[in-house]
Amino acid sequence: MSILAEHGQTLLILACLFGVFMAWGVGANDVANAMGTSVGSKALTIKQAILIAMVFEFLGAYLAGGEVTSTIRKGIIDPSNPLMTPELLVFGMMSALLAAGTWLLIASALGWPVSTTHSIVGAIVGFAAVGISVDAVEWAKVSKIVASWVVSPVLAGTISFMLFRSVQKSILNTDTPFANAQRYIPIYMFFVGFLMAMVTILKGLKHVFKDIGMKLSFGESMAIAALIGLAVMMIGIYFLRKVKDEGNEDNRYASVERVFAILMVFTACAMAFAHGSNDVANAVGPLAAVYGVVSTGEIAVKTAMPGWILLLGGAGIVIGLATYGWKVIATIGKKITELTPSRGFAAELGAAATVVLASGTGLPISTTHTLVGAVLGVGLARGIGALNLRVIGTIFTSWLITLPAGAGLAIIFFFLFKGIFS
Amino acid sequence: MPISNPLANLFGKSPITPIQEHMAASHNAAALLADFFDASNQEDWEKAEEIQQKISEQENLADDLKKQIRLELPKSLFLPVPRGDLLELLSMQDQIANCAKDIAGIMLGREMRMPKKIRKDMTAFVKASIATSEQAMTAINELDELLEAGFGGPEVKLVQKLIKKLDDLENKTDKLQISIRSKLFKVEKDLPPVDVMFTYQIIEWVGELADKAQKVGSRLQMLLAR
Repeated sequence: MSILAEHGQTLLILACLFGVFMAWGVGANDVANAMGTSVGSKALTIKQAILIAMVFEFLGAYLAGGEVTSTIRKGIIDPSNPLMTPELLVFGMMSALLAAGTWLLIASALGWPVSTTHSIVGAIVGFAAVGISVDAVEWAKVSKIVASWVVSPVLAGTISFMLFRSVQKSILNTDTPFANAQRYIPIYMFFVGFLMAMVTILKGLKHVFKDIGMKLSFGESMAIAALIGLAVMMIGIYFLRKVKDEGNEDNRYASVERVFAILMVFTACAMAFAHGSNDVANAVGPLAAVYGVVSTGEIAVKTAMPGWILLLGGAGIVIGLATYGWKVIATIGKKITELTPSRGFAAELGAAATVVLASGTGLPISTTHTLVGAVLGVGLARGIGALNLRVIGTIFTSWLITLPAGAGLAIIFFFLFKGIFS
Repeated sequence: MPISNPLANLFGKSPITPIQEHMAASHNAAALLADFFDASNQEDWEKAEEIQQKISEQENLADDLKKQIRLELPKSLFLPVPRGDLLELLSMQDQIANCAKDIAGIMLGREMRMPKKIRKDMTAFVKASIATSEQAMTAINELDELLEAGFGGPEVKLVQKLIKKLDDLENKTDKLQISIRSKLFKVEKDLPPVDVMFTYQIIEWVGELADKAQKVGSRLQMLLAR
């Protein structure tokens, strides 16, 4: 207790620094994957992608990021474990942040594929299991999270497969693809708006509604989400009208793809929103835990998360994007030009839907791996020229490396902090 | 900083455009045969050699493209069509260029010209054979649209129509081949025997060129049947 009273401010400032560092890493690496598909298919320029990312990452984090943040904050570890003292939790969460951030930096410098989510989960499990007690880890919850890492790419792949098949049936494989694109694409736009609104209302705004004493039934939520979906659809139709069928000698589908490019602007927003709702928690969750302990002096299970913490996470991501992320977006964009808008949208929407679903359930998953699964789904529908299946192997390897590495670093930092402050 | 990003590494190089380029090179080699036969009939061996060089260049280009495509199609690549079928298609395309090169090579080497009695028919025969190869190229040029449509729908019907026309063109070359051979048979006693043997050989190869072009079509059809 005395440690916290004496060094509380210092620890909180340090935790903020580490949190921003971690958020910077998310912005520099992870966001690029979420936005790279749109840039690669030339639906967005890099500037537009960054703008969308800044706005919708933040909205996603703020409106729908609560569940995952709370999982990272208090779902992986058992706060009621007798060995878990407030200062140990603070040290642990700080070391988890620092470990995950450091590991991201090392791995990116060496060119290894990493996932922020896996680093932070590995780090938290690491410090809790070794630094405190094996029982301090909520193994049931952890195995649920790990299972979701396998399920999420498969689910995203399935959704994308079906989305692309429906696009083939209704648009691409018809005699008048352009007219059908104009006719059916608004439906997908409605789906994008509806999905995002639904998750936001059901999960994100729960606290807000509770505060102002409002209660929405499931039906009412659905009606509001449908209205928002319709609004999104109207905006979409307005832009769709501007695309004219110009025809093209080399490729009859050139104009159709330009219609899909409009749709992809919407799915890019959804993707950024989904990413924000899931990945910002990686940086913000541990920080929120530290703040909770430092401000109350005990491991309070119920503490409101102040808005500035989310702001800090959002700011870190924006800085990461601005300093380094845009370069990664450009690199990835150049590498995935094979992904035309009609494919890119299916992959993005499948991934976004999966990630938002996971966010609603409070499961931290890897956006990148989900997106890989989604692209494979489109490939299975015979949509993509060539896909490198070796990537699946590297994903497994990245799990095998990242989890122990994050855990190991967290353990080292944990004992370091313990040594310095007590 | 090296980028090892699962998303970026996921995308292999699509073989579709390179295969179309390869077909274009192969057809270019075949198309040059028309001018080559004209030059040889006029006994303008300088010009014939020039054209033969060009044919050889196109054949080399096709060879390089073929090797490149094969290298870029490892087994770990996931393609929308079976890899084996794609490689066979490539090999058929390549043989069009090989045929053209063989014809030009032997005719230049032996300074051959077609006997006067069959010259006109032969020109028509060569043109028909080239038209077959051109039709094969037209069909192959639909590959990117096929990919866009996910190998289904009206696009498949369109390609099947193109392949049907390719078959018709090849049938026409078959008929021309038969009639030329019988014409040559009627005059062969008056010609130097060795020359006649090689003329039969050339007729055979021109027919074979059309045959390979048709096989490109049938391999394409196999890609679609699934």
